[in-house]
Amino acid sequence: MSPKTLYDKIWDAHVAQEAEDGTCLLYIDRHLVHEVTSPQAFEGLRMSGRKVHAPDKTIAVPDHNVPTTAGRENPDQMPEDSRIQVAALDTNAREFGVHYYPVTDIRQGIVHIVGPENGWTLPGMTVVCGDSHTATHGAFGSLAHGIGTSEVEHVLATQTLIQKKSKNMKVEITGKLSPGVTAKDVVLTIIGETGTGGGTGYVIEYCGEAIRNLSMEGRMTICNMAIEGGARAGLIAPDETTFEYVKGRPHAPKGAQWEAAVNWWKTLYSDDDAHWDKVVTIRGEDIAPTVTWGTSPEDALPITATVPAPEDFTGGKVEAARRSLDYMGLTPGMKLSDIEIDTVFIGSCTNGRIEDLRAAAEIVKGKKIKDGMRAMVVPGSGLVRAQAEEEGLADIFKDAGFEWRLAGCSMCLAMNPDQLSEGERCASTSNRNFEGRQGFKGRTHLVSPAMAAAAAVTGKLTDVREL
Amino acid sequence: MEKFETFTGIAAPMPLVNIDTDMIIPKQFLKTIKRSGLGVHAFDEMRFDREGNEVPDFVLNKPAYRESSILVAGDNFGCGSSREHAPWALADFGIKVVVSTSFADIFFNNCFKNGMLPIVLPQEQVDLLMSDAEKGENARMTVDLEAQEITTSEGEVIKFDVDPFRKHCLLNGLDDIGLTLEKADAIKSYEERVAQERPWV
Repeated sequence: MSPKTLYDKIWDAHVAQEAEDGTCLLYIDRHLVHEVTSPQAFEGLRMSGRKVHAPDKTIAVPDHNVPTTAGRENPDQMPEDSRIQVAALDTNAREFGVHYYPVTDIRQGIVHIVGPENGWTLPGMTVVCGDSHTATHGAFGSLAHGIGTSEVEHVLATQTLIQKKSKNMKVEITGKLSPGVTAKDVVLTIIGETGTGGGTGYVIEYCGEAIRNLSMEGRMTICNMAIEGGARAGLIAPDETTFEYVKGRPHAPKGAQWEAAVNWWKTLYSDDDAHWDKVVTIRGEDIAPTVTWGTSPEDALPITATVPAPEDFTGGKVEAARRSLDYMGLTPGMKLSDIEIDTVFIGSCTNGRIEDLRAAAEIVKGKKIKDGMRAMVVPGSGLVRAQAEEEGLADIFKDAGFEWRLAGCSMCLAMNPDQLSEGERCASTSNRNFEGRQGFKGRTHLVSPAMAAAAAVTGKLTDVREL
Repeated sequence: MEKFETFTGIAAPMPLVNIDTDMIIPKQFLKTIKRSGLGVHAFDEMRFDREGNEVPDFVLNKPAYRESSILVAGDNFGCGSSREHAPWALADFGIKVVVSTSFADIFFNNCFKNGMLPIVLPQEQVDLLMSDAEKGENARMTVDLEAQEITTSEGEVIKFDVDPFRKHCLLNGLDDIGLTLEKADAIKSYEERVAQERPWV
């Protein structure tokens, strides 16, 4: 048998039919659904009299619109358009009989945190969702990617997608990460290196000692941002860390099935002599705490660097950098660590898991946030929130002056009331620093949870290693 | 889906690289439960100021480009979110074709589901079309999907590649779901096989 990559193996295990031109019907094991990209898909089913093909493999949860403040069970807390969208998901989930976690359920949260947490996401699966950050689930060695609403309807109706295979790309992070350097810094560094289009046409496998030493939370942070590097999906081969995380979760296999599953999962790795279409290698030791200065995730630099000038770039990036600097209100040559921050947002599907909250709490413990700073922690799910409260993290945040919110996507994309105002500058643990992403004319610097916490304390972008 | 037919239209130049889906359709317009009506919000935060007034130097606000049906764009067009609202907004505005050196993967797929044709060309040819587009409304290009050709206002013909299956679907206005449901037997036998091999799924 010819050698295969992990991606090749998962792909081959899910081809229900292949046409002569290589177009495949790819079977989908898990379909996650949220309120923003699904209403038109369910409506399409209704109009054509179709059913959901596999309601048992379909999991729905509202996350983008929901308020993160107390009393949100009352839909009147939402503006009318959000209320209609959340109500539509409620109606659709019940009518079509799919698994469903409404805001009144403690398991509600950001769809990409809910899936792994409840054991829906397992190694070797195909996972899709009408959301680009579906790549997150690749941390389990599953093939996971975002789809548009037409494809959501296609998966609901047929449990398959019409797909052509992507190319294989390997991103290897060798050696060990230095203290203060986290998964977020690694992935920002990778995107800084490859660019936001560097992964276009590829599925990326992240490997190497530094990746292998990450927890599942860290691996999810890495894969989450595969899409910001343009890749269709990112994945990491499952190992003992993966099995340990999955074991005992509500929807993970049990007993003899667990044994059989682990046996198969252990075959999910790239063969030594597998073919790679593109390889990127970065030394773990070379990665520093990283921040973004512009309006593209590729605008990433070590915190010790200075703001670049448009002339530092070539081609179309010169004009894009000029536009970014203008939008961000930054001057070339200024130190990144001199940038003053108005707001800190800790949360999102990138960094809203328990380990992220632990890392941030460790920095703020016994300290206060800077006077005038607006800082909030939005746990990724009700379960993360409950665990953080049990571990005393919530009290640490509240004592330091952070707002302690309910679970949702919140200020990552500001579809709910959590938004930046014009010119407001935010250190954010989210995934996109696009223009207007966190609010009209809002300014976003992407950072790790520890770096966000440090900025909340000092009022500036801060090298967490110096705190 | 409507059939994609040969047309001649105005092309708007948008040379900025990494035009993302948040630019194409900002999140406040994702709260709709319909597919239609998003064209008025396409490029909202570039096209309008906070008070809702048009930004005069944004290309689609310029008199020559208000009726554009083609965009010639910088690298990596459509990066970011999976929101199909992006192609819905462009299609509703009247855009039928986007030309760039590269597209983000999900956006690229989403276009085909909505009768739109994203065309990938090498840098020199995108540059040539960009210059042509910059001539304004007199510079009308013709896109012929059947022949896989774009003809510039100067009559220069540029060939492009397209996936044969996707071309077939666009030209005939075919609905993917209907096509896949014809393969229900293959899906069923796959499910039966996997129920034996990987029962935990």
